[in-house]
Amino acid sequence: MNTVVTADHLARHYEVGGGLFSKPGVVKALSEASFSVEAGKTLAVVGESGCGKSTLARLVTLIEEPTAGTLKIDGVEATPDNWDKLRDTVQIVFQDPYGSLNLRHRVGAILEEPLKINRPQMSAKERQEKAREMMALVGLRSEHYDRFPHMFSGGQRQRIAIARALMLEPKLLVLDEPVSALDLSIQSQVLNLLLDLQERLDLAYLFISHDLSVVRHVADDVVVMYLGRPVEFGSKEEVFANPRHPYTKALLSATPSTEPHPDKARIKLEGELPSPLAIPDGCPFAPRCWKAQDKCRAERPELMGDHPAACWFPEG
Amino acid sequence: MADVSSSTNTTPTDAAMARPGRFKEFWRYFRENRGAVIGFYVFIFFLLVAIFAPILAPFEPSTQNRDFTLIPPVWQDGGDWTFPLGTDPLGRDMLSRLIHGARYSFLVGTVVVILAATGGILTGLIAGFAPKWLDTIIMRIMDIILSIPSLLLALVLVAILGPSLLNAMIAIAIVLQPHYVRLTRAAVMTELTKDYVVSARVAGAKLPRLMFVTVLPNCLAPIIVQAALSFSNAILDVAALGFLGMGAQPPTPEWGTMLAEAREFILRAWWVVTFPGLAILMTVLAINLMGDGLRDALDPKLKRS
Amino acid sequence: MTLLNIKNLSVEFETAGGAFRAVDGVDIAVDENDILAIVGESGSGKSVSMLAMMGLLPWTATITADEMSFDGIDLRDLSAKQRRKVIGRDMSMIFQEPMSSLNPCFTVGFQIKETLRIHMDMDRAQRQKRAVELLELVGIPDPERRLKAFPHQMSGGMSQRVMIAMALACKPRLLIADEPTTALDVTIQAQILDLLTDLQKETGMALILITHDMGVVAETAQRVQVQYAGQKVEEQPVRDLFAHPHHPYTAALLDALPERATERHLPTIPGVVPGQYDRPQGCLFSPRCKFADDKCRAVSPPVQPRDLGLARCHYPVNAKEDAV
Repeated sequence: MNTVVTADHLARHYEVGGGLFSKPGVVKALSEASFSVEAGKTLAVVGESGCGKSTLARLVTLIEEPTAGTLKIDGVEATPDNWDKLRDTVQIVFQDPYGSLNLRHRVGAILEEPLKINRPQMSAKERQEKAREMMALVGLRSEHYDRFPHMFSGGQRQRIAIARALMLEPKLLVLDEPVSALDLSIQSQVLNLLLDLQERLDLAYLFISHDLSVVRHVADDVVVMYLGRPVEFGSKEEVFANPRHPYTKALLSATPSTEPHPDKARIKLEGELPSPLAIPDGCPFAPRCWKAQDKCRAERPELMGDHPAACWFPEG
Repeated sequence: MADVSSSTNTTPTDAAMARPGRFKEFWRYFRENRGAVIGFYVFIFFLLVAIFAPILAPFEPSTQNRDFTLIPPVWQDGGDWTFPLGTDPLGRDMLSRLIHGARYSFLVGTVVVILAATGGILTGLIAGFAPKWLDTIIMRIMDIILSIPSLLLALVLVAILGPSLLNAMIAIAIVLQPHYVRLTRAAVMTELTKDYVVSARVAGAKLPRLMFVTVLPNCLAPIIVQAALSFSNAILDVAALGFLGMGAQPPTPEWGTMLAEAREFILRAWWVVTFPGLAILMTVLAINLMGDGLRDALDPKLKRS
Repeated sequence: MTLLNIKNLSVEFETAGGAFRAVDGVDIAVDENDILAIVGESGSGKSVSMLAMMGLLPWTATITADEMSFDGIDLRDLSAKQRRKVIGRDMSMIFQEPMSSLNPCFTVGFQIKETLRIHMDMDRAQRQKRAVELLELVGIPDPERRLKAFPHQMSGGMSQRVMIAMALACKPRLLIADEPTTALDVTIQAQILDLLTDLQKETGMALILITHDMGVVAETAQRVQVQYAGQKVEEQPVRDLFAHPHHPYTAALLDALPERATERHLPTIPGVVPGQYDRPQGCLFSPRCKFADDKCRAVSPPVQPRDLGLARCHYPVNAKEDAV
């Protein structure tokens, strides 16, 4: 199996505020993120808002530089100097199909833009052929070529966005909540399309989502993140059947199931996310954890073990 | 609704085509504002008058009929059908001068808007994309320009460049420019947060492409409205400069200059000042009404349902 | 006794392309102590029907109904002033975006007390006391201090709790929650849903929950009403609906849940919800339905009896067919 992307202790910090007289605060949007994705596999990144998953997407898609750590794409270490060369390899699909397409461009122009920029030697005719081919692949009809995005429904727009991401034949697709803005009946169409494409093109997916039932369906491996740090990593089966970090357990228990009133005891998490400006010293989850002890509040646990969880007192 | 026929026998996915076209939707919203529609028709009327001025005008604008000075309009005692709106102190036909004056007003409006908009949009785009320090410098300069009364600044500029219609236009364009800069910068900053810009970046788009191909077309709606409103501003300012003797020079039949020339006859012959004044008022009012309608129709925030 | 009774409600919007029927002949009935969930995708008219009932639609909307009564009061011919008396006191509503539902210029306390001042006969001290009570009720720690906070100082979950506190300020008999947890994180969603059901049990009010999330429905509601393209297509108690859906749309929707998937490929519903310009003849679901025949495409289906879930379908899916 060939590894498409490897991240080693990636971190991204932002300075915020900081006027003339005040010191800027540091938001640690992402710390210590390490993972790798192989061709044809899906790594799901799960977490709630503020957990750093969108920052991770921006780092992997080479929009921002990491503050620390290394990112290897297709075996090459990514630095701003070779970003342009690596762009072919990584592309992204966003959550909101209404904001991610340029409303003033026709579908054809949207699809051909990546080629225009990255394959200047390609003729206009070749570009158009390629765009039409891709439209057929994602299930759009060729008469859609000349239309504007506002004439399409959400599901079809998401197909356009997927087609655009595939135009450069990338090896890794970052999917940032690709179906959470879609209606249920459309969601399954798009998920099926993504699974088909992965099989056919041997794509690696970095699937970012907060919806555990979708993750359970598509993922091979799962990373659970909390406040900018991975807290648990494992195969889908391990994480869902036998969650080790208390946060993962709470997350699973909070997800509504479609079995009416199973009368299960739900783990109630107290309180809310701490501000990212003031992340607690010890385990970031300690203030909300029902089994936190003094050690948790004092020392930060690292990811440990085989099916690692960043917890001093893991479950199971 | 040119696409209606194509949607009758296709699957539901396709029927989105049947929705009204962009222009039709625009017109519907525009039409709801009655003042805007009236303004639009008045504007078109003045535009046609300006275009066909040599055909419409009974006399050359600078022909002096020495035997017919200060003839009142037809409906007053002593009026004459040869000069429907009377003549000025040099015996020039008022109607012909007003008709030709429309040409100058439209010339001024068009040139000033083009100058101010091009400069303003470019600077605004740069400010929107620039790092914070450059953005700050640009915006502070614009604040300074905005803090000086516009007519005063135009006067100073004309005093430096010398009084002529062209210099007046340049001066007004500079005065109007900061509005475009602010507007464009604000629009650019909202658009920059949207995902389609990020995806263009992921596709590898470089700065010029991002600026002009990706972002600019999406910022145009408020700029168009601003263009319509500053068109009327330009006409007004040029008239004011002309009135102060710093704009178009006599014998040019520019409306503001006409007012200035006739100042001393204001008590004896009301028509020499009233008609140019009315012409300015009506054009400016029409364009402003139209601008309001444009804003209603183009600003998505005000759209209902 | 039926608290809210709406029969044959229709709402039409005037748009650039002609009239658009957003709600088409919908019946809604809620008793006291009842939790009704209205489920549907975007464009199913689930929010619009509630807004119509509360008189919150813009003037482009035309509302017609055979009956629309709340606690015996006919809502159709109330003046705006009388309507305001009912709404906000006996009937209140919370929305999807808690952050934008609160006015950012005023403190939370001011906004809660404002509601009390308008609808309840209370003096200043009583209002303060009641506001503190309300915040305690919705589980906000340190309520006295929180009353002085501005909306931007609070998280989404906290804001939604404040919205609920405001909605409950006048002890309403009916609470309408329009996608109350869609904008929130999963763990916060669980907290808010628990809060809503607990409060419902305590106060005995009726709760209408508008949502698109089948999981939320399953865990919260007693009865479910499914809407599609502005029509009510099915209504059943929650367990029965998940076990034996009678309308093909409901059945297909449940099959499409990733949770219920048995293989890697999910069952899908082809096509999209019909919009303004492509409303089909006959059954609105017929272009996407795998059971549809010529009759479905030509004739509007009847509403089946209650033991078939009031399904609006010519050939309701049989109770024998389990949707698992």
